[in-house]
Amino acid sequence: MTSLIIRAKELLENKTVQVVIGYEAGPTGVARPAFITDPAKAESLIYDERCVQNLAVYLTKREVKNIGKMAIVATLPVMRSIMMLISEQQLFADNIVVLGISADGKLLDIADNKVMQGYIEKSDLSNPEKYKGLLTEFNKLSPEEKFLYWQKELSKCIKCYACRQACPMCYCTRCTVEVNQPQWIPVKANTHGNMEWHILRAMHLAGRCISCGECGRACPVGIPCHLLTMHLTDQVYNYFKVYAGTSEKMSSVLSTYEPNDKESFII
Amino acid sequence: METTRKLIRKQSLEKLYNILSTTRKVYAPVIASDKQVEYKYNPAFTDVTFDHIRSTLSVKNVVFPKVENLFYYTNKQTESTITDIDLNKIQDVVLWGAHPCDNAAFDTLRSIFCWDITDEFFAKRLEKLVVIGFSCHLSDEYCFCTSVGLTPNSTKGSDILLSRLKNGDYHAEILTEKGNAIVSISPELFESVTNEEAEITSVKQKFNHEQVTAKLATAFENPFWVANSLRCIGCGACAYVCPTCACFDIQDEASGKEGKRYRSWDSCGFGLFTLHTSGHNPRNVQSQRWRQRIMHKFSYMPERNNSLGCVGCGRCSSGCPVDMNIAEQLEALQNI
Ligand code: SF4
Ligand code: SF4
Ligand code: SF4
Ligand code: SF4
Ligand code: SF4
Repeated sequence: MTSLIIRAKELLENKTVQVVIGYEAGPTGVARPAFITDPAKAESLIYDERCVQNLAVYLTKREVKNIGKMAIVATLPVMRSIMMLISEQQLFADNIVVLGISADGKLLDIADNKVMQGYIEKSDLSNPEKYKGLLTEFNKLSPEEKFLYWQKELSKCIKCYACRQACPMCYCTRCTVEVNQPQWIPVKANTHGNMEWHILRAMHLAGRCISCGECGRACPVGIPCHLLTMHLTDQVYNYFKVYAGTSEKMSSVLSTYEPNDKESFII
Repeated sequence: METTRKLIRKQSLEKLYNILSTTRKVYAPVIASDKQVEYKYNPAFTDVTFDHIRSTLSVKNVVFPKVENLFYYTNKQTESTITDIDLNKIQDVVLWGAHPCDNAAFDTLRSIFCWDITDEFFAKRLEKLVVIGFSCHLSDEYCFCTSVGLTPNSTKGSDILLSRLKNGDYHAEILTEKGNAIVSISPELFESVTNEEAEITSVKQKFNHEQVTAKLATAFENPFWVANSLRCIGCGACAYVCPTCACFDIQDEASGKEGKRYRSWDSCGFGLFTLHTSGHNPRNVQSQRWRQRIMHKFSYMPERNNSLGCVGCGRCSSGCPVDMNIAEQLEALQNI
């Protein structure tokens, strides 16, 4: 995408940023993250339908941050992740340049966070179309059927934590599954341990998940674990009428309390 | 033992499978509903796939399960009683359909688990395993067996290796006593060999592993590692799908006065893997962990275990969520 390459080059040449986080094509043709520091290498940046990974996960990664100020190629989920990270004090808005990409693949002019917020607000923030079918199917199941479905799916989990590592919102330096005094979650990857892990992950992302689908995409054994967090995204919207990642000042639904909160969800 | 060559007709292969699968545990590949290739115990012959390139997970769990109980204990005041696992309960398993890279990996794992002290759990499972391997008539861009000293029809690790002929019959190389024992169950299924050629895929050599190993000896501080691992998100996917990765974690699980100790897969890709109690972490950032992965397989293991730590199956690369392509990196390392 020429406009993106020109912009990336410019930002690196005039030293506005030290690294541009975008996509390049790997040797097998798969799109993958690229970290461009040399303006001459900006040519290798691509943007097309292969570029699906949520790059925001790198904004909190130490070795990437060490390079200096970052520019990031940002589709809607990436922009929403950035908003979440700012609202949770994981990122300073001043430290990044957003190379926004519209739904039809055009480079947007995102001058600052206000503009980004405006763009996010006028976008459809519900779960993406491609996941809605499965979510609707899933909702038709009875609680028992849901339990059996997840028991079967999660028995495949090998606890590689790719789902967690791929998620921009799972930035904890020490995840609860790694705490062993006390040990909250069994370490082993059997059905019981896997169930507990996924319940924990889903609850930690309820109201924080921005529906990028990255967790499910990352899973090497094909467990659709994004359905859990996306389902909760729907639930949170139904109860509280909010979607995650819409402003810098948002507080997380499940970690804030208001005296006039509805209590209808308590069963 | 000297290798004997036989012919198995298409129909005889099905008979052999059915005889084995009605008398013992047979672990064979099937295509699951979500298109992933997974191994199952005793699937129907019609469900077994003969045209897969690689299963999502390797088959190492037959000798190194993702969770292995090591012993049980009970505590009574100041006394503890330990109950060992009865290794004799480990059953015979026939591994059916795994490819030469995966089968060669059993030797690699042995070089780790039976290095100085024999790991009795691993050794027992391996002793009980009979490997009926299938050479590859298909491959893809992730395969690189030929760069790590193997081929799509190498026999290492197999007790019998079957190679498919154009007409659907198979050549069988009977390589070990365990293989002979399988033949003797139904010798009539094994006929005299023909001189027809087997259909073997060709896999392009991408690098010379000896040169890579030589380069690695001085590459520890090379900027290569940071530059090529920025995108690695530090999960355990590559290690868990890998047929030769052998790291494990040991945990106790207690309930009141009783409990058990087990081991489960672990990965050097995780930040926690090397975190000390003091808070110090000798592999503090992801580039150091990625370097460890390559160094261990291509430098430390050749030096200490006299074995390469990679069989070129390509799983770590096809399964990596961010396209960390190990063969691409090894090729680049050869030329740094
Ligand atoms: S939980 Fe999954 S879908 Fe939600 S933000 Fe994280 S990676 Fe994206
Ligand atoms: S699952 Fe929870 S504790 Fe673990 S990284 Fe994600 S948010 Fe943090
Ligand atoms: S990525 Fe898949 S296999 Fe790995 S921990 Fe998550 S759900 Fe389990
Ligand atoms: S190389 Fe890929 S699979 Fe391995 S830890 Fe890094 S991101 Fe995960
Ligand atoms: S390192 Fe990768 S290619 Fe080598 S054996 Fe392991 S999974 Fe296969």
